[in-house]
Amino acid sequence: MIEEEFDAIVVGAGMSGNAAAYTMASQGLTVLQLERGEYPGSKNVQGAIMYADMLEQIIPDFRDDAPLERHLVEQRFWVMDDTSHTGMQYRSDDFNEAKPNRYTIIRAQFDKWFSRKVRQAGATVLCETTVTELVRNASGKVIGVRTDRAGGPIYADVVVLAEGVNGLLGTRAGLRKMPKPESVALAVKEMHFLPDEVIEQRFGLQGDEGCVIEAAGTISRSMAGLAFLYTNKESISLGIGCLVSDFAQTMESPYVLLDNFKNHASIRPLIAGSEVKEYSAHLIPEGGYKAIPQLFGDGWVAVGDAAQLNNAIHREGSNLAMTSGRIAGEAIIEIKGRNQPMIRRNLALYKTMLDKSFVVKDLMKYKDMPALIHTNSRNFFMTYPQLMSQAAQNFMRVDGTPKIEKEKATTAAFIKARSRWGLISDVVRLALAWR
Amino acid sequence: MTMAVTKLRVEEKLYQNRYLVDPGRPHIKVRPHERPSANLLALTHICPAKCYELNDKGQVETTSDGCMECGTCRVLCETSGEIVWNYPRGGFGVLFKFG
Repeated sequence: MIEEEFDAIVVGAGMSGNAAAYTMASQGLTVLQLERGEYPGSKNVQGAIMYADMLEQIIPDFRDDAPLERHLVEQRFWVMDDTSHTGMQYRSDDFNEAKPNRYTIIRAQFDKWFSRKVRQAGATVLCETTVTELVRNASGKVIGVRTDRAGGPIYADVVVLAEGVNGLLGTRAGLRKMPKPESVALAVKEMHFLPDEVIEQRFGLQGDEGCVIEAAGTISRSMAGLAFLYTNKESISLGIGCLVSDFAQTMESPYVLLDNFKNHASIRPLIAGSEVKEYSAHLIPEGGYKAIPQLFGDGWVAVGDAAQLNNAIHREGSNLAMTSGRIAGEAIIEIKGRNQPMIRRNLALYKTMLDKSFVVKDLMKYKDMPALIHTNSRNFFMTYPQLMSQAAQNFMRVDGTPKIEKEKATTAAFIKARSRWGLISDVVRLALAWR
Repeated sequence: MTMAVTKLRVEEKLYQNRYLVDPGRPHIKVRPHERPSANLLALTHICPAKCYELNDKGQVETTSDGCMECGTCRVLCETSGEIVWNYPRGGFGVLFKFG
């Protein structure tokens, strides 16, 4: 089908694959990008929040024509129990700036746009093409791919594995292990459509302003998990995710958790009357720094979710994906510029560059958080949310009980649930892991 | 909640989605077994598309038409060989309208 040999083959047309393909093609490399979906984005799922800074570094004038939903001016963090939420929220008019910092996006639309840019930059993009196998030479260097289309292998100097969290190629080829159940979360999501003015009224928004709610607590039934609600222009993305290991242990059904979240008294009025148009599910890498696999080898590099590059604490993924794709592309351009072969020793440049970026620095900062949250999920996602709700209600309800007795009752409840030592140790361990 | 009710709930959700099913080529297969492992059994509850179900003999079977290709079952049961998971052929499987 394709006779020529390419400088690079990019497997996957998500955030990292598009960033890599765009970066390389715009610098004149011959790039073939292969996507198994009918169109770029048709297999991709995200919340989704897009971070402008990282896209600006790839496509500076993206705001001119990218399909952006709302720029975020408000973020709410909720700790929920079954009937309440205790919240912290931050809203600032400073976020109404000429070049806003964060936008909600709808991935299928955004990815089509990004892919158009990749084509315009000169890459060949082939959809409906599943890569079935990496092709190696006698010494084991990856030299191309086989696909499920007619014809023989397609060759390239280097293959960029941007195949996502559920990437088969890298695991099958033994380049990395399957993610562990405790290193990935399963998230389910629904798209709820409402007229834009209804969304603006319910969330107190004007024009393209947007709001985000992120919530943890008893909604995840003691599993380590997080629920979210993002406002798009004329829809609300809403979902919940928990660690796969916790799902396997509790045998909770994700769609039941999702329906419970939707029916929670704090959420129900926000989505009332909406029309649901899609239900999706996706894995999210949660293992952090310690779960990052080998990122490069002879003739290949891995980027984005395929390389587990996701900051679960800040719920950032697409920006790490875009940045790793861009950096991989830049490293490959640099090596090609020196007329050096795409072998392991040279492709180590990608990791060196990535280590210097926020991607690895941020993941390093929180390297101990995944283990802490996983081993203490019951305390963080069940006990403390309940205690917090009781404390808040105790503080607000006026019932003739003297305030001093109310305070004592709240303190006693915390000690009873976690013990003095338990409380201290939770705080210390959290502080150490955050540091 | 009974299994029948949860199944209905999932089917209502999946009904919103767009799929291009590749007839006669299921992309997931369950290895024949006498008794399912804990992880395989868990899939009958935690698969978000409810692709896994118990048959009368207490064995786990799969129908992958509603699969959203998340990979949860791969993470839990591929390494042990209990399931075989391949991507659908190019263009087939779930096609997210919004994602």
